[in-house]
Amino acid sequence: MTSLPKKTQKKLGLVTDLDICVGCHACAVSCKEWNASGHSAPLTDSDAYGKDPSGVWFNRVHVYETDDGHNTRTVNFPRSCLHCEQPACVTVCPTGASYKREEDGIVLVDAEKCIGCKLCSWACPYGAREYDADDGIMKKCTLCIDRIYNENLEESERQPACVIACPARARHFGDLGDPESDISRLVEQRGGYALMPETGYQPVNKYLPPRPRKDRAGDTGTTDHLEAAEDSSSGSSFFSWLDKALSR
Amino acid sequence: MALRQEQVETSPKVSDEVKYTTCYMCACRCGIKVHLTDGQVRYIEGNPDHPVNRGVLCAKGSSGIMQHLSPARLSAPLKRTGPRGSGEFEEISWEEAFNIATGWMSDIRKTDPKKLAFFTGRDQSQSLTAFWATKFGTLNHAAHGGFCSVNMAAAGLYTIGGSFWEFGEPDWELTRYFMMFGVAEDHDSNPIKTGLGRLKTRENTKYVSVNPVRTGYSAIADEWIGIKPGTDGMFVMAIIHELLKSQKVDLDFLVRYTNAPWLVRVEDGHPEDGLFLRDGNGNPLAWDKYGGEQVNALLPDIAPELSGLFELPDGSKARPAFELMARRYLGQEYSAVEAAEITGIPAGTIKRIAAELAHAAFEQEIELDVEWTDWAGRKHDKMIGRPVSMHAMRGISAHSNGFHTCRAIHLLQMLLGSIDCPGGFRYKAPFPRPCPPGPKPTGKPGQVNAGEPMPGPPLGFINGPEDLLVNEDGSPCRIDKGFSWEHPFSAHGLMHMVIHNAWASDPYPVDTLFLYMANMAWNSSMNSKGTMEMLTDFDESTGEYRIPHIIYSDAYASEMVSYADLILPDTTYLERWDCVSLLDRPISTAHGPADSIRQPVVQPDRDVRPFQDVLIELGARLGLPGFSNDDGSAAYPGGYPDYLVNHERMPGIGPLAGWRGANGDQHGKGESNPQQLERYIENGCFWKHDLPESQQYYKHANKDYLEFSHKMGFIPSSDQIIMQLYSEPLQRFQLAARGHGAVQPPEELRGRVGKFFDPLPIWYQPVEESMVPLDKYPYHAITQRPAAMYHSWGSQNAWLRQIHGYNRLCMHRDLARELGVEDDDWVHVESHHGKIKAQVRTMTGCEKNTVWTWNAIGKRRGAWNLENDAAEGEKGFLLNHLISELLPASGDGKRRRMSNSDPVTGQAAWFDLRVSISKAEAGAQVSEPQFEPLKPVPGVQKKSKTLRFGEQFLPKGSWRRKDQV
Amino acid sequence: MDPAYSVILFTSASGAGYGLIAWLAFTRLSGFWQLSPLAAGITCLVALALITTGLLSSTFHLGHPERAWRAMSQWRSSWLSREGIFAILTYPAALIFTAGWFWSIIPASIMNAAAAATLLLSVITVISTGMIYASLTTIPRWNNAWVVPVYVALAIASGGLLFSIALAVSGAANQPTMVLMMAVLLVSWAVKWAYWRYIDRQSPASTTATATGLGHLGQVSQLEAPHTSENYLLKEMGFEVARKHATKLRRMALNFGLLLPGILLVLAGVSNGLVQLALLALALCFGLGGVVIERWLFFAEARHAVTLFYGRSL
Ligand SMILES: Nc1nc2c(c(=O)[nH]1)N[C@H]1C(S)=C(S)[C@@H](COP(=O)(O)OP(=O)(O)OC[C@H]3O[C@@H](n4cnc5c(=O)[nH]c(N)nc54)[C@H](O)[C@@H]3O)O[C@H]1N2
Ligand SMILES: Nc1nc2c(c(=O)[nH]1)N[C@H]1C(S)=C(S)[C@@H](COP(=O)(O)OP(=O)(O)OC[C@H]3O[C@@H](n4cnc5c(=O)[nH]c(N)nc54)[C@H](O)[C@@H]3O)O[C@H]1N2
Ligand code: SF4
Ligand code: SF4
Ligand code: SF4
Ligand code: SF4
Ligand code: SF4
Ligand SMILES: [Mo]
Repeated sequence: MTSLPKKTQKKLGLVTDLDICVGCHACAVSCKEWNASGHSAPLTDSDAYGKDPSGVWFNRVHVYETDDGHNTRTVNFPRSCLHCEQPACVTVCPTGASYKREEDGIVLVDAEKCIGCKLCSWACPYGAREYDADDGIMKKCTLCIDRIYNENLEESERQPACVIACPARARHFGDLGDPESDISRLVEQRGGYALMPETGYQPVNKYLPPRPRKDRAGDTGTTDHLEAAEDSSSGSSFFSWLDKALSR
Repeated sequence: MALRQEQVETSPKVSDEVKYTTCYMCACRCGIKVHLTDGQVRYIEGNPDHPVNRGVLCAKGSSGIMQHLSPARLSAPLKRTGPRGSGEFEEISWEEAFNIATGWMSDIRKTDPKKLAFFTGRDQSQSLTAFWATKFGTLNHAAHGGFCSVNMAAAGLYTIGGSFWEFGEPDWELTRYFMMFGVAEDHDSNPIKTGLGRLKTRENTKYVSVNPVRTGYSAIADEWIGIKPGTDGMFVMAIIHELLKSQKVDLDFLVRYTNAPWLVRVEDGHPEDGLFLRDGNGNPLAWDKYGGEQVNALLPDIAPELSGLFELPDGSKARPAFELMARRYLGQEYSAVEAAEITGIPAGTIKRIAAELAHAAFEQEIELDVEWTDWAGRKHDKMIGRPVSMHAMRGISAHSNGFHTCRAIHLLQMLLGSIDCPGGFRYKAPFPRPCPPGPKPTGKPGQVNAGEPMPGPPLGFINGPEDLLVNEDGSPCRIDKGFSWEHPFSAHGLMHMVIHNAWASDPYPVDTLFLYMANMAWNSSMNSKGTMEMLTDFDESTGEYRIPHIIYSDAYASEMVSYADLILPDTTYLERWDCVSLLDRPISTAHGPADSIRQPVVQPDRDVRPFQDVLIELGARLGLPGFSNDDGSAAYPGGYPDYLVNHERMPGIGPLAGWRGANGDQHGKGESNPQQLERYIENGCFWKHDLPESQQYYKHANKDYLEFSHKMGFIPSSDQIIMQLYSEPLQRFQLAARGHGAVQPPEELRGRVGKFFDPLPIWYQPVEESMVPLDKYPYHAITQRPAAMYHSWGSQNAWLRQIHGYNRLCMHRDLARELGVEDDDWVHVESHHGKIKAQVRTMTGCEKNTVWTWNAIGKRRGAWNLENDAAEGEKGFLLNHLISELLPASGDGKRRRMSNSDPVTGQAAWFDLRVSISKAEAGAQVSEPQFEPLKPVPGVQKKSKTLRFGEQFLPKGSWRRKDQV
Repeated sequence: MDPAYSVILFTSASGAGYGLIAWLAFTRLSGFWQLSPLAAGITCLVALALITTGLLSSTFHLGHPERAWRAMSQWRSSWLSREGIFAILTYPAALIFTAGWFWSIIPASIMNAAAAATLLLSVITVISTGMIYASLTTIPRWNNAWVVPVYVALAIASGGLLFSIALAVSGAANQPTMVLMMAVLLVSWAVKWAYWRYIDRQSPASTTATATGLGHLGQVSQLEAPHTSENYLLKEMGFEVARKHATKLRRMALNFGLLLPGILLVLAGVSNGLVQLALLALALCFGLGGVVIERWLFFAEARHAVTLFYGRSL
């Protein structure tokens, strides 16, 4: 615990497809809902009906605009723990409450050990740590550890809540350590990338980039306009093209 | 010091019990699995088997627990004790509530039933409520469709026998080119997201979003077209121009499935000019190329001409509808260059899109090896698909030219031959239906009589002026002026006009306004401030309120609650039976019909009752036929579940289609099955029928499907459904405007009817825009639905309100620069009607002269049991204060101000709004207007400042369970 | 970063405490100054009080202070753990060292060993404190070679101001000593100045573009934050002080921390008795004030990588 496992048997994680994420917040809310009574329960909300409501959420959805000077675009962007391979959130933790599991690489906080020093949240560049002031402990995405192995759930339901809920099916779950897994292949095909690689944290989760726009002639294999037919005036001759016998 | 690693419980028990029901955090109606622990709702997830959502669940659905536990829940019937709007109420018993309501209502029914105006909002029991109104005998009934999207429904049902909205969907699996017009979220919210995800992940597909704003669905489009609001019709007609010019249209499709070949009389001044020529049996005629004479256009195997001037033996002259259509759109006024001027879309883009559509439709034709039989009994061994699909909603609908624009889109679909074919737009059962479908509206003079039910339902589809609900002098019969000369095709009524008209006694006063599930004192009204004033206005002469009685059913302490005299508190959606019926707004998919129920998964802990039960009991107490037996006893003593199982609309047809017949082995039609609800519950609370492959497409002309549809009672006969590219009902009004026919418009409306009733789609500048000085109000202002909020409901939801606690006025960076404002600045926004103050956010994905905001986030302070200083009230704002329910006064100010609606359908024109914007002086960081905070109504729940949902499921004794100390 | 008062108090008080006791230990070992044992002993107690106050206040911001003992467990990877351990280890040495001034029964060799250990452990503890911050790659304004020297230097400087009072009480606050103290101040604040210069010129590699990986699409800006209300992340990590204010505060820190105590030290060097004591007390107040402002700024000026997701820059 103190230190990171040298190697994890699996690298379980999420892949989010930014090409199809519509920014609907379903993943964020379903995450909140599952985890409210899950491993890190509850996810306290303070001032719930007042001026400044704020709560513990493991997943939050941003919206960005990009501008290259000619084209601008909008990109929806969910953000949760990336279950990094070299996460300082674990190593800075003075109590061992924060740890990375050797068996699957999931980064967790042990609620019984955490002293709520918040240092791990300072050490996470990805904003994935959520302090529950009411409980006085740090909480975070558990990769739905209480779902993915849960024998009380149907096999097909043993997936993170956010993945199951995502209406656009923009979220994928699997073993990113296994190059043969569906999810690794997807990352491979689509040029999946890690956020802020310069941190050296080596996020396990990956993002699939938005595809290039198709807004110029030729992008769909067409010309930029239709050729007017020869007799295209609206004069009566125009309708000669209708001479072909059409049967009902 | 190595510590032992946490022993994670990876297989905790999720719940004691799972109950299936249907989500109602919005009208998409996804199937859900509700997990219960110790009898409490613990977790809600999507039902993977459900035809609507297939397991996915949106943000709203996932926060159902917070809606169910909302502190704004009402808990007992309320009687007003202070003045209206004061929020002063006392809790009363249900018995007293029933007595008050029946007291008012029975007087009305005995004297003048139309004095009860019964309007319902976003509910899903319209077949029950309409039936109730019919039996009560009032024509003054409608649901929310008039302020929602009747433009889409009417345009679709009059044109292709189906429609966008939630009544049809793109062929998500096969489409190659998908165009979406003016959609932010829509009713089919989960299916659309899943569909887009699927389509975008396929190679060789393109998704184009036409929308002034590039967020949400538009953000992921392969191409975003940032059109000027209200101009889509022009854009589409220019595409049609290009297609016609290059002769890229599907003539086979047009000949087989549309009225393109039907002969239209072309004789200026003739009383039937512009109508179809018909034979003695009323069949339309076409000109047969082989026979060289007119033939019944409905016959198979004829070879009808699509152009030419034909003279019939009786001397009448006619041209095929196609020719009239083609002539119009080939006109130079529909060229890309002209359209570019109006729409702001470069001519090159319009031309390219036309080329791409033609390419996808005609060069990428798909073939399915599926045999099918057409309406005439001819077998085909393949299904040919033109993989172009379209979807449109309120961006089109909420403009006063939306009916015609929507018809133009349907016309484009027809020209591309891409309706209900593989890869195209697909109908969902019970559609397609004849265009227009029956029945006609009821409520003509003589049909509304004291103490009697009406002979038919209040809403319907009219075919010509003789079907209007108008008096001898042409004045409207209905309180909302639906089906009058002002809005003849108002198939869903005009809910947005009810309060105004009742207040103004125009056309007459009402006694009791009975509302259900519509927050009319706030976000579903135009002119919200004025509406609140009208609701509280006194009639000097009587000393009574101008609207004497208001009864309202809501489940929560919404703004509207404070403005009613009697509140009938409803349960939450997890506490009642409900029915999503094929008689109403079904949940079918293109793959087949489906319906569903809601079952109570928990019992209410308050003195509340499901509205449907209350309505049925009211019906019984009032002795309404259909709700009471001859001996005066209640027809459905078991309330709504009893009604669901035992009510029959027509022999064998009831609210639910599944498991009918004494042993539950019949579907669609069959006698009542006492076990029906159990069967639904066993099946996850829904029923669906998967159409065989051979019936999946061409449903408008597919013999097997049409016969099935007829058998199910969806359509009156299994005749082919012919799409109406040229609309005769519209032409009938045109003729009336020109002075033909027995029923004539009042003089002052003749010009209006003449202008807007064109049998072919037209584009005109939205009405309000054409009446306000555009140099004074240079900008468009529109709203969008946020995916994570449902109208005003969401703000009571502790989770959702963290996501959307207030809204901003979003505008293009360049516009902001011109206005001299920056992010976070406050601005005044002014329309011809009102003025608001709002905070700015700048962006780039937005048409430059269009500003927008999220809909219905701004709240009246004190409503929804939120703290008075909640951001929803302090920073949130409502655009509705700027939108007038009436058009501006015309020049001399003498003419009556007409409703701010589509002149064809009465659809509320929310998005026609034009505004000016100016920077607000530094001052309070508070939105305007502000009103007195509403008082909390008695019985709303105690709210905890800190919410620790979920701790109650932790093991007893855990230090994280603060609920125990 | 949120400049939480508990953390500011912790680092400045314990820094001064460790600095002070280090001066005392150094004096004992080097014999540079002659202190009255009573004054020295009391001064040690003051140092211990400061250290303890600091450490206690650092537990105020813990969610579970009663579990603070757990923080000692992860010395292999966590600087916070190490800091805790060194802080605890310092106590026995410092206590023996303190006791030695009062009780002559403690043999000189032990006293010297205790002094050496105290000196070493104090410095290491302060280095550890600095390392907690310096090791966070998420906060470029902390993650640099200047942070630890700043912590050590300001601990020595603020400890030095306290120490000067002990010297004065013992009559050892002569002019060269005061000049020396001033030089220490000067050097410490020079280090701090170098830190400021460094962070002002820093150009961190991470931007909203790298954070989101969307840079290839152009300039990236946030259109909508996930929630309209502030969350923990923004309250804790999103605190930002306006540049204008920061510049003003830096000047204030220098005035309080360096300029005023510097002048007062020079004056103290040429005075004696109560006047000298008063001047030094004043110097101490200003000096500590300067450190508190510096510490506040240390947090308030630090920008955290997570804010990149909210469209800000580092
Ligand atoms: N500016 C602007 N205004 C608009 C629109 C727009 O786009 N822009 N859109 C318009 C459209 S399309 C619509 S449909 C309307 C929607 O506007 P409304 O129909 O007013 O919709 P809601 O805000 O959802 O309010 C419905 C009411 O139903 C109550 N309710 C919720 N659940 C239940 C329940 O289970 N039982 C009962 N009895 N009541 C319940 C809620 O508390 C609320 O008071 O808004 C319209 N207003
Ligand atoms: N999450 C959520 N889902 C909902 C609802 C909700 O409140 N929340 N409400 C439900 C209801 S009642 C309805 S009626 C549906 C409506 O669902 P939508 O039809 O998606 O309604 P709006 O959100 O009003 O979206 C209108 C869109 O049209 C665009 N627009 C405005 N003017 C024009 C124009 O002239 N041309 C074009 N091309 N686009 C334009 C706007 O930018 C906006 O994106 O949603 C339903 N689903
Ligand atoms: S994202 Fe943050 S919390 Fe998650 S493993 Fe990486 S550093 Fe730790
Ligand atoms: S807050 Fe808890 S998990 Fe985070 S570093 Fe401190 S003790 Fe470890
Ligand atoms: S994996 Fe589970 S905990 Fe993590 S973001 Fe998804 S739903 Fe939340
Ligand atoms: S649920 Fe899916 S589409 Fe919605 S925000 Fe999350 S990832 Fe995006
Ligand atoms: S779309 Fe969302 S809110 Fe609407 S019914 Fe489905 S899950 Fe419920
Ligand atoms: Mo609507």
